Amino acid sequence: MSLRDRLRAGSFAVTAEISPPRGASTDPVAALATLLRDWVDAVNVTDNQGSNVRLASWAGSLAALQAGLEPVMQMTCRDRNRIALQSDLLGASALGIRNILVMTGDHPKFGDHPEAKPVFDLDSVQLLWTLRHMRDQGAVLSGRALKPPPDCFLGAVENPAAPPAEFRAERLGKKVAAGAQFVQTQFVFDVAAFAQWMTQVRDLGLHEKCSILPGVGAVRSRNALDYMRDKVPGVFVPDDVYRRLRSVPADQTAAEGARLAAETIQQLRDVDGVAGVHLLVAGNEHAVPGILDEAGVTAGRAEYGR
Amino acid sequence: MTAGPPIPAHPRLGTRLAYRLQRVLRPRPGLRWLSARIEASGLVRPLFTTTERLTKDTLFGCRMCGQCALPVTGYVCPMGCPKELRNGPCGGVGADGGCEVYPERRCVWVEAFERAASQGRAADLQLLHLPIDHRRWGQSSWLNYWQGRDEDLWTGEAGGTGGTGGTVGTGETVGTGETGDTGDDRHVPHRQHVLGGP
Repeated sequence: MSLRDRLRAGSFAVTAEISPPRGASTDPVAALATLLRDWVDAVNVTDNQGSNVRLASWAGSLAALQAGLEPVMQMTCRDRNRIALQSDLLGASALGIRNILVMTGDHPKFGDHPEAKPVFDLDSVQLLWTLRHMRDQGAVLSGRALKPPPDCFLGAVENPAAPPAEFRAERLGKKVAAGAQFVQTQFVFDVAAFAQWMTQVRDLGLHEKCSILPGVGAVRSRNALDYMRDKVPGVFVPDDVYRRLRSVPADQTAAEGARLAAETIQQLRDVDGVAGVHLLVAGNEHAVPGILDEAGVTAGRAEYGR
Repeated sequence: MTAGPPIPAHPRLGTRLAYRLQRVLRPRPGLRWLSARIEASGLVRPLFTTTERLTKDTLFGCRMCGQCALPVTGYVCPMGCPKELRNGPCGGVGADGGCEVYPERRCVWVEAFERAASQGRAADLQLLHLPIDHRRWGQSSWLNYWQGRDEDLWTGEAGGTGGTGGTVGTGETVGTGETGDTGDDRHVPHRQHVLGGP
């Protein structure tokens, strides 16, 4: 069952994020897809994550698809103008890549080429709108017809924890209006705060138009925890979570992080309007089976042979 | 100015005064006539544009994109966002409301939300801003505004799906941001047909 069909059917979906290699081979992506395909419905392939050069998202997505796991191709507005972005959607669709996740993207300042030109010709709302237009109106922004038009399932991101808190649900509303059919959020460590945001989302009726997949991270080391808390823009690690992960011996941080992730999944599952979870595990993909097993969300993956 | 990279700027014009000026300066026949005369003059037009540049650079950190969003962003310039986002903040805003690229400066959208909300104009932020026309950098947006060429910069279509926001772009809002002859808030800009359906 495709991610689109699973979400339409209303059954709990699981996606995970992987980052393509810094190198000219898709083998690492294929290996991860093989590992994850029994466990998740689709895998996000990042687009030069953190503004660091990596194998192209479309190539990684194609490799995942060929390895038997449905990809979610991430597309940022940082590196390409409206011409290239539209072209990439056509290419992805032609290759059988259906799920597209649209985001603004990190600023080049944070990556390995801080001197690069930040493009940001479109913002994420405008890109969603553009892609929906290509699909539904069968034309590019200039008005020229597409034969055939692309087929795509459009996703967006949101960060419920970032200021201005009063505007975050409405901002998702803008993305839904522009074409978002599913949304994957930034790390959720504070379930209560997320539930608060979900109340606003439900008040706006957005959960009925757009499947909501909160992001769940599995912290694998103390360094990763500190990095996440201090260096990643928009990620907020509450003090109690930080203390919990620091309280165990360093060699057990990964196990405790996985346990926390599993608990978070269980809690999020009970939040009204949540359609699934998105596992932010890039670099820690091997933790996925354990986390899902412990969270008890392996049901429904039977079509992959489990 | 267009030469430098975008940097978040704190507006020096008070919110209430800005909205008052908005009411005075909204497009009307007199201003339309005047702006047409200014535009037609090879001498006055550059002087006028320079005046606008200096004024808006001082007040808002304007970079002269030529398609001004200030009337619906609480008079905080979104082109000062390092990502030039015109539809709201990115996900990297710090817990203190700081910009992710310039943490010592406030996110323009956090400030826009506060300023707009303080005057009952928070719904303005639900408007969907269309992709900008990069050929207009350096032009006078005042002349463009009075001449009615700004009417397709944003649309209220989107916010309607937000539920409460059915009235995005309240009549008040639209009157300020659109040309004088489009008083109704369901006005669909002409670029809408290019950018997507209902």
